[in-house]
Amino acid sequence: MDILQIAIILVKIVTLTFLVVLPLVPLSVYFERRFSAIIQDRVGPNRVGIPFSLLGFKKDFHLFGLVQPIADGLKLFLKEDFTPAHVRKAFYWMAPALTVVPALITVCVVPFGSPISIFGHTEKLVIADLDIGPLFVFSVASLSVYGITLAGWSSNSKFPFIGGVRSTAQMISYEIALGLSIVPVLMYYGDLNLGTIVKQQADHGWLLLPLWGHDATHTLSSKLLFWFPAAIAFLIFTISIFAETNRMPFDLPECETELVGGYHTEYSSMKFAMFFMGEYAAMVIGSALIITLFLGGWSIGFGLDAVVEKLHIGDFYYGGFIHMGCFMTKLLAFILFFILVRWTVPRFRYDQLMKLGWVVFFEAALINVFLAALIVAAPQLQAAIIGIGSVLLVILTAAVIWVAKVSEEQPKILRA
Amino acid sequence: MAVVKLQRPKLNFGEKIYFGALIKGFILTMTHAVKSLLGKSVGAETLASSGLGVTMQFPEQRWDDHLPEYYRGAPALVTDEQGRERCVSCQLCEFICPPKAIKITPSEIPSDDPWAKVEKRPLEFDIDMTRCIYCGMCEEVCPEQAIYLRKDYLITGLKRADMVHNKKRLYEIGGTRVGLVNKWNELK
Repeated sequence: MDILQIAIILVKIVTLTFLVVLPLVPLSVYFERRFSAIIQDRVGPNRVGIPFSLLGFKKDFHLFGLVQPIADGLKLFLKEDFTPAHVRKAFYWMAPALTVVPALITVCVVPFGSPISIFGHTEKLVIADLDIGPLFVFSVASLSVYGITLAGWSSNSKFPFIGGVRSTAQMISYEIALGLSIVPVLMYYGDLNLGTIVKQQADHGWLLLPLWGHDATHTLSSKLLFWFPAAIAFLIFTISIFAETNRMPFDLPECETELVGGYHTEYSSMKFAMFFMGEYAAMVIGSALIITLFLGGWSIGFGLDAVVEKLHIGDFYYGGFIHMGCFMTKLLAFILFFILVRWTVPRFRYDQLMKLGWVVFFEAALINVFLAALIVAAPQLQAAIIGIGSVLLVILTAAVIWVAKVSEEQPKILRA
Repeated sequence: MAVVKLQRPKLNFGEKIYFGALIKGFILTMTHAVKSLLGKSVGAETLASSGLGVTMQFPEQRWDDHLPEYYRGAPALVTDEQGRERCVSCQLCEFICPPKAIKITPSEIPSDDPWAKVEKRPLEFDIDMTRCIYCGMCEEVCPEQAIYLRKDYLITGLKRADMVHNKKRLYEIGGTRVGLVNKWNELK
């Protein structure tokens, strides 16, 4: 590996992590505050801008309050970093880092755009072009629960502890559904490289919008038929990501109404800010993953991608940057969706959360795997086998629903 | 005590799968968002909103035109139409003031003054606005109708001393008040 390659990798790490993904965290905090305010008929932070009048100019630029998150961050820096006497110091210090780092590590497999090419040298807009993309994301992202659990435990106080335990239980119940729900997608593409998955979506239509790029192996009818398992997978995956990132309908580890502040009750200053950052970074990565797998990643769609990829000035093919802009637009739209959900859906009760994870999503994802397998394999099978398969699938579904219904505990009558 | 047995409501299929309610919720929040952006939120009109939600954005927009007649702002001293002080420093307001915000130093009117018959006027009249609770008792108790609650509500300062209104400041806020007061009557 020569110096140039290392330099390119370093540049990619610094730009994509620290100049593209990390700024999205304060931006999503800003959007969260503005959008929630607008939903609630308020204004939200719209004042903090660049104080030109301090430098002797006539007017301040308030920029719709876009500088607000920086002011928030500055405030958190200046706060007293208080460590209570009763905490377990080493883990207490480690926990905030453990929530942020996994979220930022997962950035490395997300394809931000199509390859750009300069002087005949082609470079992919992804930090690490791993062939195990989603698996890597799952394995690293689930580590972030350690941060939350350790924070809860090391705080040595009851409410954070309950928050940490809840987070663990929630992670276990939703990780399975999360993993199982994308099996159909991986089966369909036959590939675990996120870059290849997006390329296929650009060529043959997004998974949830397969309306272009038809050919012999990707007929419209086969794609539309696969739309159903894809939609189920999308639903389960999205909701599981909500649970995984501790976002609103599932934010039981930190629900203020029950647990004071949840797992970060005992934290202050930048340590608290790290949890905050970790949560939002996880949200950004979660939406990036959903977009990459189901909504075409950087692809503009409608067959425009091939055109964009060919755009060039001399030797410099800059289409990748346009794709990157498209990716960021989709990302922001999805983050807004996250926020909309947060301010619309009330928090689940804990038993409802568990039931949803174990009884509904786990089974639904499992059946969805079989359904997708049947649809993917159908062209190679004889009609009889397809018939038997679908009958078996219906029986399986009925059995699962029946078991779920029977096992549902009836509320006991206390007094006749 | 009678035991009331409550039956949980039976949910039908649509309510059980929950998605209908979710979509209803999204429609509700998005309607609010759109209306809020267009400045057509419920109550935006009556609350004189800034065009975003129902909020009035303060330094640029003021509630001043919408203040009710009975609004109680900063207390202030008033002069009559000829610029004479109405206050006779009877100190009733000082005694009635619940938070003890008013401090008066009385003084005599010298005997060569044309209004020597009034006898007293305040030498110092301080109202500590960090203590004032805008109750209006001083206005009610004043026999000379010399102190009134005005509609000023922006009482700010950088020091505690800034927040104490002295006599000069109080007359500045108060201005003049037209109307007959018995003590100016030569015959009485």
